[in-house]
Amino acid sequence: MFSLRKVFGGIAVALCLTFAASSAMAAKTSLIMGMVLEPPHLDPTAGAAAAIDEVVYANIFEGLTRIDRWGVVRPALAKIWKVSEDKKTYTFYLRKGVRFHDGSAFDASDVVFSLNRARGKSSTNAQKVLFKPIEKVTRMGKYTVAVTLTQVTGSFLFNMGWGDAVMVDRASAATNKSNPIGTGPFKFKRWVKGDRVEMVKNTDYWGKPVKLQKATIKIIPDPAAATAALLAGDVDAFANFPAPEALSQLENDPRLKIVIGNTEGETILSTNNQRGPFKKLNVRQAMAYAINRQEIIDGAMFGFGTPIGTHFAPHHPAYVDLTAKFAYNPQKAKRLLAEAGYPDGFEAVLKLPPTPYARRGGEIVASQLRKVGIRLEIIPVEWAQWLAQVFKKRDYDLTIVSHTEPMDIGIYARKDYYFAYDSPKFQALMKKLNNTVDRDARHKILGEAQRIISDDCVNGYLFQLAKGGVWNKNLRGLWENSPIQANDLTEVYWVKGSEQ
Amino acid sequence: MSVFLAKRITTLVLTLWLTTVVIFIVLEILPGDPAAVMLGMNAEPETLAALRAELGLDRPAMVRYFSWVQGLLHGDLGISHTYDVPVSELIRERVAISLPLTLFAIVLSTVISIPLGIIAATRQNKPADLFVMGFSQLGIAIPNFWFALLLIMFFSITLRWVPAGGFVGWEAGFFPAMGSLILPAVALGLPQAAILARVTRSSLLEVLQEDFIRSARAKGATERRALWRHALRNALIPVVTIMGLQFSVLLAGAIIIENVFYLPGLGRLIFQAISQRDLTVVKNMVVVLAATVVFINFIVDILYVVIDPRLRGGDHG
Repeated sequence: MFSLRKVFGGIAVALCLTFAASSAMAAKTSLIMGMVLEPPHLDPTAGAAAAIDEVVYANIFEGLTRIDRWGVVRPALAKIWKVSEDKKTYTFYLRKGVRFHDGSAFDASDVVFSLNRARGKSSTNAQKVLFKPIEKVTRMGKYTVAVTLTQVTGSFLFNMGWGDAVMVDRASAATNKSNPIGTGPFKFKRWVKGDRVEMVKNTDYWGKPVKLQKATIKIIPDPAAATAALLAGDVDAFANFPAPEALSQLENDPRLKIVIGNTEGETILSTNNQRGPFKKLNVRQAMAYAINRQEIIDGAMFGFGTPIGTHFAPHHPAYVDLTAKFAYNPQKAKRLLAEAGYPDGFEAVLKLPPTPYARRGGEIVASQLRKVGIRLEIIPVEWAQWLAQVFKKRDYDLTIVSHTEPMDIGIYARKDYYFAYDSPKFQALMKKLNNTVDRDARHKILGEAQRIISDDCVNGYLFQLAKGGVWNKNLRGLWENSPIQANDLTEVYWVKGSEQ
Repeated sequence: MSVFLAKRITTLVLTLWLTTVVIFIVLEILPGDPAAVMLGMNAEPETLAALRAELGLDRPAMVRYFSWVQGLLHGDLGISHTYDVPVSELIRERVAISLPLTLFAIVLSTVISIPLGIIAATRQNKPADLFVMGFSQLGIAIPNFWFALLLIMFFSITLRWVPAGGFVGWEAGFFPAMGSLILPAVALGLPQAAILARVTRSSLLEVLQEDFIRSARAKGATERRALWRHALRNALIPVVTIMGLQFSVLLAGAIIIENVFYLPGLGRLIFQAISQRDLTVVKNMVVVLAATVVFINFIVDILYVVIDPRLRGGDHG
């Protein structure tokens, strides 16, 4: 008995010493961050999965320009640039002394290679459209590159900041999927598939060195497991927490901080404008009046999200608040339906992709539309099915999806897009936007564009997806908002006392 | 015995061939283009075509089927579309988690259930029996993912003894690795133990009523000898059958448990591969899993013969 007591005593002393030692230590320099979806691979120039950029953007790979936490374009591997009189030629002056992680030097020939690879014939770049305006890329000197465009492209510098436009080396381009070699402040260490991706500090980085020595991205797809991992202290942060319903539970934990930010995700009730009753404007207007946005946000997103009245991010300076225009009014909706020749309503199909916002939101939308006589049959589909049937074949009446690409109002000018919306007026306006470089003039055009699609009720505009971040309260520097889908860890650090 | 073996092996080969045909046809019918899933909503048609050609999806279905089966016969499982690494490598990495997990769960459930079953059977309708049966009823009724969450709440969040999930990797050492498998194995194994305990109990009770047990007792065998020498061996046949079936149940159950504990095992791999339309991974994994289950059943068949010599002559099989 005595000896047992001694053993326990010993353990207690040892535990005390461990705590004492750890609290005397300096702030932590490693981070474990949780993520819901595992990237299929790690090459941002060969896939659309947001999870790829959420690991590598700004951390491992860099482009000529980059987009910062405010959504502003900043210089990255291009130190400065000059735009020609006719706005069609961009001359980029590159940083000197930049090296890829395998030691090879970065210069103008890498820029020529990267851009030509992305726009080439056998390119598998998911955003090849970004490179479409490029006519030619010319090496002007070891650290100077000229990019000539076929037409004025107002968003060119922003586009070059996308993850799909990062700089890669000829020697490692083919193997970036499993062993990414970039120029960024973190080096890829290893990827335990299905579990985690590890990165370490790049000590040869050209710019400001990062404070973290090591960053691990842990893949936790299950929302309940994600909650448990945060509560158990297995992960330090979830930049984009998957379960809004658990946020209040996490808020009660004194070690954690909840940070609600915004994203570029316009969540909309996409409508097939060429099908059945939806061809008629008053039917689409009736639906707009029948939808109660706040009820959807409260019911499906537990109150997190901002109502929108058009396809534009509310935090953007050019945003126009049009939510009041089609405020909830079921009586008016019924009247409009009767005018359209559907006094008793009609039946339609709502196909829902697997994301929680769509599945939960869809049920609420269906019950709201039922009140005015539109009876929806809900068909849940997988993501792959959604892409094949809804997006590609346009075999749908209605669906709910969040359009997460930044500044993507231009999709309304594509008449073969899955909305099947064909408005010459809107198309002309987008052409004008492309030829406009002046900021104020661009914002005016964008405002007009938002009004057109709102007036035409192309889709049901529901809400801007919120980003619910949860992280340790001693952690600093993570992005609050998500102007692009990325987890930029370059400015992340711990304050002292982080051990508890 | 050799006729028996030949018959079983023919069934095994036919089952596997049918599996390849069925899975191939199902994946052909399944809507969803792998290239579109990889390239998303902004992809240009020419980019999609380029990727489809790169993945070999532009060839006719028959050509793809035969080149796949040919590869399988040579042990070549192809390259994953999404991960861009050989499927065999992916499976090997994942088996290193799923197999120990399943075995751990089986060992756990056997070690717990058989003694409990024996205790319950030999003390029929006494408090010990009622206690065991009550608990096993509970074990069957509780879904394993919910049980898993309870375990996490208690052992990881409240006590902080073990991590809430994830796998440290075998390179971290045997004990830390097994440490990350304890809760999943308990969550997976206990409900199965409940079933096995009930099967052991009822099977043993039945055997204990048989004439040969009465004869053994009449010959003067002690109660203990009658139980261990005569009854248990005969009672184990249904137990082994259930255990064989449970192996496949455990592999399937692992899909859910692996999600709850975010373990990168086979279940997670196949789940993810289906949603990403990584067809090479899906079809090869299905064949590998089918082969495993068929092979286990084959072993179980042979085990019957070992336990029950009457099956050996061929008069039964």
